[in-house]
Amino acid sequence: MEALAAGPAPAPRNQIVVGATLAAVAIAMLTGGMLAIWAVKRSAAIEAGQSWLPSGIIVPEVPSNVVLIAFPALCSFAQWAVWASKRDDRANTVFALGVSAFVALLILNAQAFIWNQMGVAVADGAYGSMFYAITGMFFALVVAGLLFSFVTMFRYLAGRTREREILIAHAIFWYAMTAVYTAIWFLVYVTK
Amino acid sequence: MTTIDSSPDATGDSTVGRLLAADVDWLTSSDHKKIGRMFVGAALLGLLATIVANLLIAIERVDGGAATFDSDSWAQLLGSQRVGLVFGTALPLAAGLAVAIVPLQLGARAIAFPRLVAAGMYMWLGGFILSIVSLLNNGGFGGGDSDMVDLFLAALGLMALGFTAVGVSLVTSVLTTRAPGMTMRRVPFFAFSALVFGIGLVLVMPVLVGAVIYLFVDHRSGAREAFGGNRGIVTWAGWIFTQPTTFLFAIPALGLFAELLPVTFRKRAKLRGLVFGGLGLVGVSALAAVTQQLRFDVPWEGSQLTIADGDDFSTKLGDVAPWAMFHLLPLLGAGILFLMMLFLAKPSKNDDGETIRPNITAGFLFAFFGFGMIFVGMVGSAIEPIVDLDLVDTVFGEASLVYVAYGIALGVMGGVVYWAPKLWGHTLDMKKVAPLALLGVAGTVLASFPHYIAGFLDQPAGLVYDDSDLQIWNILVLIGHGLMALTVVAFVGLLIATVLGSEPDAGDDPYDGHTIEWATTSPAPASNFVDVPTITSAEPLLDLKTANDSNTGSAS
Repeated sequence: MEALAAGPAPAPRNQIVVGATLAAVAIAMLTGGMLAIWAVKRSAAIEAGQSWLPSGIIVPEVPSNVVLIAFPALCSFAQWAVWASKRDDRANTVFALGVSAFVALLILNAQAFIWNQMGVAVADGAYGSMFYAITGMFFALVVAGLLFSFVTMFRYLAGRTREREILIAHAIFWYAMTAVYTAIWFLVYVTK
Repeated sequence: MTTIDSSPDATGDSTVGRLLAADVDWLTSSDHKKIGRMFVGAALLGLLATIVANLLIAIERVDGGAATFDSDSWAQLLGSQRVGLVFGTALPLAAGLAVAIVPLQLGARAIAFPRLVAAGMYMWLGGFILSIVSLLNNGGFGGGDSDMVDLFLAALGLMALGFTAVGVSLVTSVLTTRAPGMTMRRVPFFAFSALVFGIGLVLVMPVLVGAVIYLFVDHRSGAREAFGGNRGIVTWAGWIFTQPTTFLFAIPALGLFAELLPVTFRKRAKLRGLVFGGLGLVGVSALAAVTQQLRFDVPWEGSQLTIADGDDFSTKLGDVAPWAMFHLLPLLGAGILFLMMLFLAKPSKNDDGETIRPNITAGFLFAFFGFGMIFVGMVGSAIEPIVDLDLVDTVFGEASLVYVAYGIALGVMGGVVYWAPKLWGHTLDMKKVAPLALLGVAGTVLASFPHYIAGFLDQPAGLVYDDSDLQIWNILVLIGHGLMALTVVAFVGLLIATVLGSEPDAGDDPYDGHTIEWATTSPAPASNFVDVPTITSAEPLLDLKTANDSNTGSAS
């Protein structure tokens, strides 16, 4: 029997970008599932005539709003890195990635500040444990993003300037995180 | 300068050194075939452990009264059964087979993100072992040991993360590593089922992780208010262990059945879009998981689905619509595959006027029986929520889960038999495998169907029952699990004996296959294909054989 004709080497089909998109979907599902349970519990507490937010607790709106504003900026920097990389502009790419990491660090700081200002104890009823579960998960994801930014930057600094897919994946991650935080901000910090 | 010598000589010439080197090679491999085989191998051990739990439960239930175990142990045993059937059997078997085979079917040299898949496999294995440890120490559903409950939740989260990683890799592989010319409509059925399965994992597992994070923080912190501590595990994470979520894990087994139909009946599958649609419909069950639906109540109330006086239409619709969507649509999807089988099995003649005789292989027998068991499990799952039948909280639900999980196991064993030439270079003897397929289906039916009957006779889901007439059904279930244990042990023994017993002897295309994995050598080389083939249809190998036959005919 004759063999099947050999084809040309398959063209690259954005494997990292597809993988990053799927990871973004997974992050969205993780957050969506947690927020859905949050909404159910909050609604049940209110229907039972109880207060969802423990008495004496005030949600610090300034840092939570600042984080909301910081995310679009972070996306802009991540996209700037992609844009600069396509033009082989190494200095701008590295700078944009560095600024991305810096903004991520600021977001972590803001989240820690929110925890400190609110003063909710983790064992403080249903609200306490759920609040720390969801914001802790968010914190962990931002830490992962921060590491992603550093790894991408150091890869680029090390001379792997042709591998642009990882920069696109990096941007996709932060876009997904922006959507995630917007949902958390609305449900946890605005509707309280 | 210090250097690290990684050449084979560095391990020495001793037998121990060579064995160590081989082990390290396997354990750190990024070859999807090795990862998939380790996945399936470990899952078969998980299946055996699950059957042991099932046997213990069945022994306890035989007399319906006096329990050897205390109530805590009994609760953990029932929990072990659920964890074993889902995370020890259905999921890893389906994922392992998909990891091992899908890149071969796509004409890819490797799976996408091989290290991610390997990490996913190890996360599952670690999580599964930790879950066994916690269950053995009273730490599962409603467990009494606080630290072990935390460990159980962490293990559950670890396994879910692992399967998310596997899902990402499978989906990316199908979307990005197909051979030139292989459009999505030309993707083999099994690879397509792996795509649906992978998407389902990416959608479902993170939701489980989210629920587990809540449960863990709630329990570990000592608050135990939002989710009720250990009691909340069933309520908030129990959906992953129940139908219809588990249908999602059956998709690769259904895809394998669809894959083998054209090869078995030696015909082209003409309605490919319909089969893709059928597999997609089974994937709807993922939505049941995403919406975390643990229980469906369908009020039949003697009036079928009609609206009786005073019934609110929207209430009725609210009861019936989720049930119909999550139970009947997957059933319809599986039904499409059955219709396709009937369509292909219809006697017909080839161009020379000769009757086309089916080529029934041992792999097909397993896959067919696996499909049948999954289908019966799906039917049972669809019947259970009908309130008027009073089947909820009886052993009926357990039986439908056993049907589906054992059906998946049979299907995956069929896949292992079918693709053994590509994985090991051996074909398994039909005379030895066929009796095992029959034994397996007998075991599955006996382990499940008597509990369908006992469910109608109101045997509760726990250990105790009052009616002595129920004893016979529980004895039959015990025999069924015993037969299933025998099947798995014999299957593993046969596989090991065949693989280690002689030199690879399978031809490159022993089953007259249609898809491109049969174009490479048996066993497949590390990079799967020496030259990546060009695909011009959904059955490229069949096209080639037909063209060769035509050329031979015209030449003579």
